[in-house]
Amino acid sequence: MAAGQLYLEEVCALKIRIKFTKTGRLRFIGHLDVMRYFQKLMRRAQVDIRYSEGFSPHQIMSFAQPLGLGDTSEGEYVDIDVLSTGTSQEMIRRLNEAGKEEIRILKYVRIADETRRSNAMSNVAAADYRVYFQNELPDLTSVSAFFSQENICVVKKTKTKEEMVDIRPLIYDWKLEEEGLFLRLSAGSAANLKPDTVMEAWEAFCRKQEEQPDCQKQSDAAAADRTPTVLYHFHRLELYANRDEEMIPLYALGEEITEETLKSSEDKQESAR
Amino acid sequence: MKELALSEEILLKVEKPARYIGGEINSVVKDPSQVDIRFAFCFPDVYEIGMSHLGIQILYDMFNRREDVWCERVYSPWPDLDRIMRQEHIPLYALESQDPVRDFDFLGITIQYEMCYTNILQVLDLSGIPIWAAERTDRDPIVIGGGPCTYNPEPLAPFFDLFYIGEGETQYDALFDLYKEYKKKGKSRQDFLLACASIPGIYVPSLYEPSYKEDGTLAAFTPAAEGVPRKVRKELVLQMDEAPYPDKPLVPLMQVTQDRVTLEIQRGCIRGCRFCQAGQIYRPVRERSLEFLKAQAIRMLESTGCEEITLSSLSSSDYSKLKELVYFLIDETHVRHVNISLPSLRIDAFSLDVMSKVQDIKKSSLTFAPEAGTQRLRDVINKGLTEEDILRGASEAFKGGWNKVKLYFMLGQPTETDEDVMGIARLAERIAETYYEIPKEERHGKCQITSSTSFFVPKPFTPFQWAPMNTAEEFLRKAYLVKDTMRQQLNQKSLRYHYHEADVTMLEGALARGDRRLAPVICRAYQKGCLFDAWDEYFDNSRWMDAFAEEGVDMDFYSIRERDLDELLPWDFIDCGVTKQFLKKEYERALQGIVTPNCREHCNGCGAAVFGGGVCFENKN
Repeated sequence: MAAGQLYLEEVCALKIRIKFTKTGRLRFIGHLDVMRYFQKLMRRAQVDIRYSEGFSPHQIMSFAQPLGLGDTSEGEYVDIDVLSTGTSQEMIRRLNEAGKEEIRILKYVRIADETRRSNAMSNVAAADYRVYFQNELPDLTSVSAFFSQENICVVKKTKTKEEMVDIRPLIYDWKLEEEGLFLRLSAGSAANLKPDTVMEAWEAFCRKQEEQPDCQKQSDAAAADRTPTVLYHFHRLELYANRDEEMIPLYALGEEITEETLKSSEDKQESAR
Repeated sequence: MKELALSEEILLKVEKPARYIGGEINSVVKDPSQVDIRFAFCFPDVYEIGMSHLGIQILYDMFNRREDVWCERVYSPWPDLDRIMRQEHIPLYALESQDPVRDFDFLGITIQYEMCYTNILQVLDLSGIPIWAAERTDRDPIVIGGGPCTYNPEPLAPFFDLFYIGEGETQYDALFDLYKEYKKKGKSRQDFLLACASIPGIYVPSLYEPSYKEDGTLAAFTPAAEGVPRKVRKELVLQMDEAPYPDKPLVPLMQVTQDRVTLEIQRGCIRGCRFCQAGQIYRPVRERSLEFLKAQAIRMLESTGCEEITLSSLSSSDYSKLKELVYFLIDETHVRHVNISLPSLRIDAFSLDVMSKVQDIKKSSLTFAPEAGTQRLRDVINKGLTEEDILRGASEAFKGGWNKVKLYFMLGQPTETDEDVMGIARLAERIAETYYEIPKEERHGKCQITSSTSFFVPKPFTPFQWAPMNTAEEFLRKAYLVKDTMRQQLNQKSLRYHYHEADVTMLEGALARGDRRLAPVICRAYQKGCLFDAWDEYFDNSRWMDAFAEEGVDMDFYSIRERDLDELLPWDFIDCGVTKQFLKKEYERALQGIVTPNCREHCNGCGAAVFGGGVCFENKN
């Protein structure tokens, strides 16, 4: 490892949370490819990552909330365990020098063990998205009308059955902005709502406004419509954890590693000896 | 954001869009206005296969070291995208710039196996470059081919402007310099091609004229212009440590077939197996130094972040410093949590020790390539591996904890009898018996002996280049005979056997030893929809057979016909160092079952010493 690197703890690994972007042409690589990308990035940037025991050790690494293929993001997260680290600033620099500009490292923070025990994925409670429209932006009146509905029901298909689900309670916030539609949606393992689902419901709503055909016909038309044309582009802005009923960005659960942090832990180690 | 050649809609519609976006780690992007030559380097198969190829990595790096050249990459679009590109008239583009290939100065195509020939036409066609070289104009890129199949380039000759015979490291600089000169002077394509004929290793197919005898064999093959050499000698690197090797290999953004760092330890092979083309055309053996390899391994692991490193060579066990290298790599990879993969090792105490350190014995298997079922036939093919070697190696491995063995064989080699064919099953049986001779408490369950056979294709520049190939019926009869014999063995439950369909081998055989008269057949097969012929799910034999019939070409003439030793062969104009006289002598020795010692034991005067380096001059200074 590079000289001047400080060992924060002797035995225990440090829990690090990394926030990154996924943009440009790299939005066409899948979730598994992103994992492989980071495994190699850790080696190129010479991050002192912790490996599992056993015959074929793997890096201790866990990702939050996969992003849809083709979507972009400035709010992706991965948690890793490291044995030693530089400051947040230095590590971000090293990772970005070894990485692609389409996957930029934005944050590198240390998180407390109890936060980490429930890892990046299980921390997730909500996500912000911006929906870009390929065509014209809809008008505020109809968008308001859509979100003011008491229920927004969509058909959810599982392997065995189809059932109607009300997604309205999972939509926490919305705002029609100049660039597109802002959405804050429930996310994570408990109740995950994808922006695609919201926009499908929106399209169904629009069709219903135009004409009032019977329900069966409508769902057929929806199915046919859904196929080829790309109508929207989804961009993830942030992932949140729910801390005491308040939505906190995942990185805010951790703290910046500064020269002082490293210094004080070095002192701690000294005194422990 | 850089513009992509394909729309989001298309990229989200096709399988694995990451194949088509470029942007890989260590890929090279230059300002097109600052370079003189734009080179599109193509591997005519799907991205995952092409990205696993070492040769392109070496030349990509070497070309891009020149400030005046920008080398980019192209692969075959998978059939799903192929269809869309045709429908929507989207020209094939290079990955880095996403610019159309047809606007490049060069399209270089590496030709690694016969079954990619229709993919070459696909790449030309989708690029909007005329398939036939004769129809190209000054606006079209210069299409140049390289790789092992160019040791008989004739079936593809009318599709290419140039072929580069031999190792790419030596003459591309001269070719690029010449191109710049001709471009500056505004000279024509024909002038440039004619000038290229004077560069060593460059073959300009349009400047040669074949004529045929009444029986269909070649009568003469003559230069059609003055200054065009009668023979083209292959190019090769003599000082391996001085040849360029990438410090920063490309790292794909998606999973490819071989996602790892490749360390090429040597070129060539001392063994001289008589069926093996690589063993002849890459002569003489040239090693890289231990110091070079150690430093290179570290550089590449650091620049790629790959989790695996592998050694590349035709026969790693013959590398003179193998032990030092392997133990160095084991230490280095252990510290870095990187895996090491060691192919083509002879099974002995050393390799078993190494394998027990780098693999999980319970999961891994031991591989032998006896290639033939009896000692008689192994002598014919000059495969210096005896049954005793195999049984001893297997026995040691079984005691070391392994219980899986893989065996590779070929069916249809010259002089093969049913005894030899059945010998495959009997050898597998004896290995199983060796396992059960171990006391029960020392065994790890049952053993599994898996035998695979491929069908033998005689290749140019081998001692078997004159030999007849078996018919598809003979091949299949022999495969069934192996299967039946397996069933009769005592330990049949421990024996497994795999073989492939024979049709694709017959075609490979025809293309491997074909001449220019096959080009219209390839073109017609392509027009009938043949593509990705190397892929079982896309290979369509009936279309190929129709193509042969419609062009009035007899496939058997090329595949199963035995050649007369005095026949002028389509590839005879290429000088690969090894002489025809040596190959004839080897063929005769084969038929008599006489083994020829390897290059380090005894020089057999094959002719490769003409290059003035490598193993031929070891210990002679």
